[in-house]
Amino acid sequence: MHGLRLAFNYLRIGVLNEFQYRANFYIQILQTFIALGTGLIGLNLVFSQTTQLGGWSKPELLAVMGVFITMGGVIRSAIQPNMERLMEEIREGKLDFALTKPADAQLLVSVREFRFWQLVDVITGIVVMGVALSELHWVIGAWSVLGFFTAIAMGAVMIYCFWLIITTTAFWFVRVHEIANLFEGLYAAGRWPIDIYPNWLRIGLTFLVPVAFAVTVPAEALTGRLTFQTWFGALALTAVLFTLARTIWKIGLRSYSGASA
Amino acid sequence: MKRYFDYYRATMKLSVLEQLQYPVANYFYMIGMIAEPVIYMVVWSAVARQQGGMVGGYTPGAFAAYYIVWTLVRNMNIVFTPYGWEWRIREGQLSMSLLRPIHPLHADVAYFAGWKVVVILLWLPLAFILSLIFKPELNPTLLQGVVFFFAIWMAYLIRTMILSLLGMVTFWTTRVSALFELYFAAELILSGRLVPLSLMPEWVQKLAWFFPFRWAFGFPIEALVGNLSTSDLLTGLGMQLAWILFGVISVSVIWKVAIRRFSAVGG
Repeated sequence: MHGLRLAFNYLRIGVLNEFQYRANFYIQILQTFIALGTGLIGLNLVFSQTTQLGGWSKPELLAVMGVFITMGGVIRSAIQPNMERLMEEIREGKLDFALTKPADAQLLVSVREFRFWQLVDVITGIVVMGVALSELHWVIGAWSVLGFFTAIAMGAVMIYCFWLIITTTAFWFVRVHEIANLFEGLYAAGRWPIDIYPNWLRIGLTFLVPVAFAVTVPAEALTGRLTFQTWFGALALTAVLFTLARTIWKIGLRSYSGASA
Repeated sequence: MKRYFDYYRATMKLSVLEQLQYPVANYFYMIGMIAEPVIYMVVWSAVARQQGGMVGGYTPGAFAAYYIVWTLVRNMNIVFTPYGWEWRIREGQLSMSLLRPIHPLHADVAYFAGWKVVVILLWLPLAFILSLIFKPELNPTLLQGVVFFFAIWMAYLIRTMILSLLGMVTFWTTRVSALFELYFAAELILSGRLVPLSLMPEWVQKLAWFFPFRWAFGFPIEALVGNLSTSDLLTGLGMQLAWILFGVISVSVIWKVAIRRFSAVGG
């Protein structure tokens, strides 16, 4: 309970902070629309040559794109900024300030930053999903709604764990700045359903970088493809990744030798 | 002339030595970049296979060749960014370069050209691995090879000039990121970076002819991978040369006007 209140307070401060920079809101809208526009152009180019891709129709792929944009917004608003700050603080020895606070350190480093304007992406993604679903003449079913919301929540947790594990390696390697770049490149693979990739890449995008669970699985729920096995696999992997991330974080903390800034 | 030659040689040598110190950082950067073409390659190969093995004149093997050569051209396309210009102007970093008795642009051109030498070296093993995985169909003629060699370096110069022009907008206003974003989006579509231009609608292909983007990106790739006629190849090189001339002249004219507005001191 205490943890939730703490996270909420940080969120509030983050939002207030962002409201100081309203011009960023317009820049964010422009960026989102450019990204959406190029995404749609790509999609239309593919479907000007074919009627389906790896068993997915055009509106179904539009739904994938909606999930991709929404999840990207979640990552860039809540996950990535925290992890980048953590990386920076480990490198500069400033993490002491967080460690000396009387709260769980992992919780603290995970909630300190919040980029409010990135929520434009989240909303845009939801709109895209809505358009896709209306094109699919979607009928609301309990399993697809429930499956979608749980899958997207588990996907977000998995991406968070992935980021935390990578960031934690900064305790040993210090220079991990290129990671953000690498992640963005790999995340872009989520724009297309994971089925179209060759096997080795599909395995990598499922278990190494959980893009499959973050984007494809929620989209499967929306388009009525989600099986209970996949859903349960997602649940199991979430639990494993979370435990792993927590363990590596605890071990990493012991190697932290920053002597204050 | 000799003065410039010596300056370029020294700066390039310096940058080669400097960049060779960071092979891992350079590799990470290149690997992050490779995700993009691999995604395009996989998607378009899948489309080609579904359409009976070919789409827009490209087989899966041809797509593989296109996007593997893409990775080299993309690397050649990396120049001092407009965001760098913004930083340079806003923070007054330009003051120092202004004190030197040589146009500051020479330093950029020479430094990045040296870096390219390292990039090409590091790219070779990467291209080898990608070729093993994706099996490109690539059998260029000698002429295509020669044209490609010149085309990638001209592409480098075109992009340097155009992005410098874009960056110099910062002399007038510091709110430039929106403009840059729009530019990069147009470039993505019209250069052949997203897909080979031959897959675009006819009117887009015609439009792309009049912008610098394709001459700095799609043309060098097609010169090696496609089956352009000799006259197409020469026309392409001619267009590249024209854009370089246009770039050099515009940069020097605008520079003269712009530099009077530069008021930052220190840095």
